[in-house]
Amino acid sequence: MLNIGIVGNPNIGKTTLFNNITGSTAHVGNWPGVTVDKKEGIYKRGKEKILVTDLPGNYSLSPYTDEEVITRNFILHSKPDCIINIVDVTNLERNLYLTTQIMELGVPMVLAVNMMDLAERENIKISVPNLEKALGIRAVEICALKGSGTKELMEVAIEEAGKQRKPRSLLKLTKLKVLIDLVESKLEEIGISSPLFHAIKLIEGDEIEVNDHPKLYEEIQEKSKEYQSVAFKDDNEGMIADARYQAIEKISKDIFIQKKEKLDIIKQSSRRDKIFTHPIFGIPIFLIIMFLVFHVTFSENFLFLGGLFGDDFVTLSGTSFEGLFGEGGINSPGAMLLTLIETSGELFTSWLYGVLESAGAASWLIGFLIDGVFAGLFAVLSFLPQILILYFFLSILEDTGYMARIVFLLDRLFKKMGLSGRALIPMVMGFGCSIPAIMNTRTLNSREEKLATIRVIPFFSCGAKLPILTAIAGAIVMHFDIGNADLITFGMYILGIVTAFVAIVIMSKTTLKGMDSPFIMELPPYRSIKFSSLMIHLWDKMKHFIKKAFTVILASTIVIWAISHFSFGWKFLESFELNESILAKVGQLMQPLFTPLGFGSQLGNFGWVFAVAIISGLIAKENVIATLGVLSLIVTNPLSSTINPPVIAIIEATGVTVPALISFIAFNMLTIPCFAAVASAKGELTRKDFNLTILFWFVTSYLVSTIVYSVGTWWWTIFIVLAILAAVIVIIEINYRKYKKNKAVAV
Amino acid sequence: MKKHNKKLSDFKINETGIVTAVLGKGQIRRRLLDMGITNDVKISLIKKAPFGDPLEVFLRGYVLTLRKSEASLVEMKMLDEEGRDA
Repeated sequence: MLNIGIVGNPNIGKTTLFNNITGSTAHVGNWPGVTVDKKEGIYKRGKEKILVTDLPGNYSLSPYTDEEVITRNFILHSKPDCIINIVDVTNLERNLYLTTQIMELGVPMVLAVNMMDLAERENIKISVPNLEKALGIRAVEICALKGSGTKELMEVAIEEAGKQRKPRSLLKLTKLKVLIDLVESKLEEIGISSPLFHAIKLIEGDEIEVNDHPKLYEEIQEKSKEYQSVAFKDDNEGMIADARYQAIEKISKDIFIQKKEKLDIIKQSSRRDKIFTHPIFGIPIFLIIMFLVFHVTFSENFLFLGGLFGDDFVTLSGTSFEGLFGEGGINSPGAMLLTLIETSGELFTSWLYGVLESAGAASWLIGFLIDGVFAGLFAVLSFLPQILILYFFLSILEDTGYMARIVFLLDRLFKKMGLSGRALIPMVMGFGCSIPAIMNTRTLNSREEKLATIRVIPFFSCGAKLPILTAIAGAIVMHFDIGNADLITFGMYILGIVTAFVAIVIMSKTTLKGMDSPFIMELPPYRSIKFSSLMIHLWDKMKHFIKKAFTVILASTIVIWAISHFSFGWKFLESFELNESILAKVGQLMQPLFTPLGFGSQLGNFGWVFAVAIISGLIAKENVIATLGVLSLIVTNPLSSTINPPVIAIIEATGVTVPALISFIAFNMLTIPCFAAVASAKGELTRKDFNLTILFWFVTSYLVSTIVYSVGTWWWTIFIVLAILAAVIVIIEINYRKYKKNKAVAV
Repeated sequence: MKKHNKKLSDFKINETGIVTAVLGKGQIRRRLLDMGITNDVKISLIKKAPFGDPLEVFLRGYVLTLRKSEASLVEMKMLDEEGRDA
């Protein structure tokens, strides 16, 4: 099967072209070693099938970022039959920079000149024959968004795939030709393959090449003095980059038939920017947009219409769709879909229960299928619509170019913490679900920035943690008759955000010292988006999520069910003897660990339910409240006549205090996230960084919850906490200054 | 003569100049070069974010954002409004 790779700058329609060529046949795969998504799809040409690979976008083949290394390795080691290099015709100069680098590799390639529709609007005309002549490769004009020209492009790519292409360097148009020819011939003499590519790398001073040919490099350095301009004294890397652009400028004269000064278009873009990146209103506008996104996705009182209709009207009480559109308020589309899946799940399980019982199935089998397999599956699947809707909106914000502007606006704030504005996007996504948020950190620049961001993502409390907040806050208000549920919920969100930023500041001065992320980002023009592309993107996400739900998550819910329903002697337990289960025993063992947090040994007999709830939350955070619900049946006195909500039943049975309950919420919010999020983090981090991250999550949640409990119980301990905090800050600051001083001396 | 040379980070909005040198080293420098900030390139400052950082500049037909600290690595010669040496 032919293998064709798509390479190009970020944000110029690479993925649109890919979707166009492959339809929805794409599947997501991982690269060995570094995990950055590469997408593979199939292009069908009659009966023939062609493998198409979409690579991460990059500006250059320099060895500094993951994406660049991946593209380089793909071209050098995966030996594609042909490369489609997609370029943006409205920004040709900078796009051709990457082209000049790929040309030096000698792999068959075709140039896809994209954005022909915009070129027309901007009065840009190019001569394709002149472009082909200047570069020595075939070029096809396309418009990926409309799908025009892509068929022709594939025909040319397939044609080229069989041919040999001689490596070529545009640098030979500049005065560097003499030097390059010299080094190339010397490398050829000693039998190096692709001597042109290696010659240029060696002149640039690429570490690997210099180690291979130290003598030759010395010679080059002596010779290159003649070529260096005043601007790039003693610097061959700069000299080469400069020469590349010089060569591009030279050939541009023949390529463009008509070229318009682009400042006019920029000014048009800036009219919208006058509103969206306004120095005062820009950030409030962003906050309002984010509020709307979350409102549409998660709210259970959509547009605050709840007061408008009668309760019974909205609730549909008495029908089998009770609560579908919400209770007390109208659900947002996201919450509505969630309820729909939950309701159909309940209908399905009750149907299954009836079938199994009339067939005379054993009670353990019924329990296994209903509580073990389907309950967990539906609990997880019910979050799918909200995750997809959140993705949908965030994709729109990102694809139109709006997010890039917010990153620009807020970079200053993030710089203070050693991050770049880019880190904002995964953090915001974290409020929806940590998994896509963690995957999004791939686009961050440095290892330190990525690591710090992944660590704090779970602190931006995700959708699955919301039930923990609302259920316990509600119980506190009902049982102890203090506070206000909304206020407690909101306060916990703030606690998470504050913890995140404090943690980043501490990390940037201790373990991730010297964390400094450069911020050099292209600001793309505002662009319209294609709906079908967006849908393909969502379809991809959905497949990925469903696959996970039916494999990893299903397996773990079965395990949890088993150890909560069997004793150590593998005896199946009835619901009234569940405190003999393996899970309960483990919970009792772990109970003392949570004493400083207020829900450990001081709670006596039934205190272990909290430990068990926390363990089950490691599988999926939805489990925390579900587990408390199941366990409340065990702890409730069977003689009691009143039926209480589960959390209240547990409060009565254990005598847990309000500060301990708040500390319990805080712990669940800040601790090691769910199984699936941990797995995503593992995919993004090195083994060592990953292990330390798990430790970081546990220690942070433990410390913060202990503080919450102790200050809540004995208010004066706040002075001790503040004193310790002050001491820690002073020590960190002194150490950091010492470090900075040493670094300044070293430089 | 000397006063017409300044760093990109010291530009005011709508000022234009051409690059005379790119300082710095390693990844940051390479990035600046890769993005097209090379000798003699014309750059205009379009906008500043709140509190004056980062900057939005126009070069080679596209818009680039970068921090003041990175822009201070780019030495420029000022041009007047007609694009002549100031």
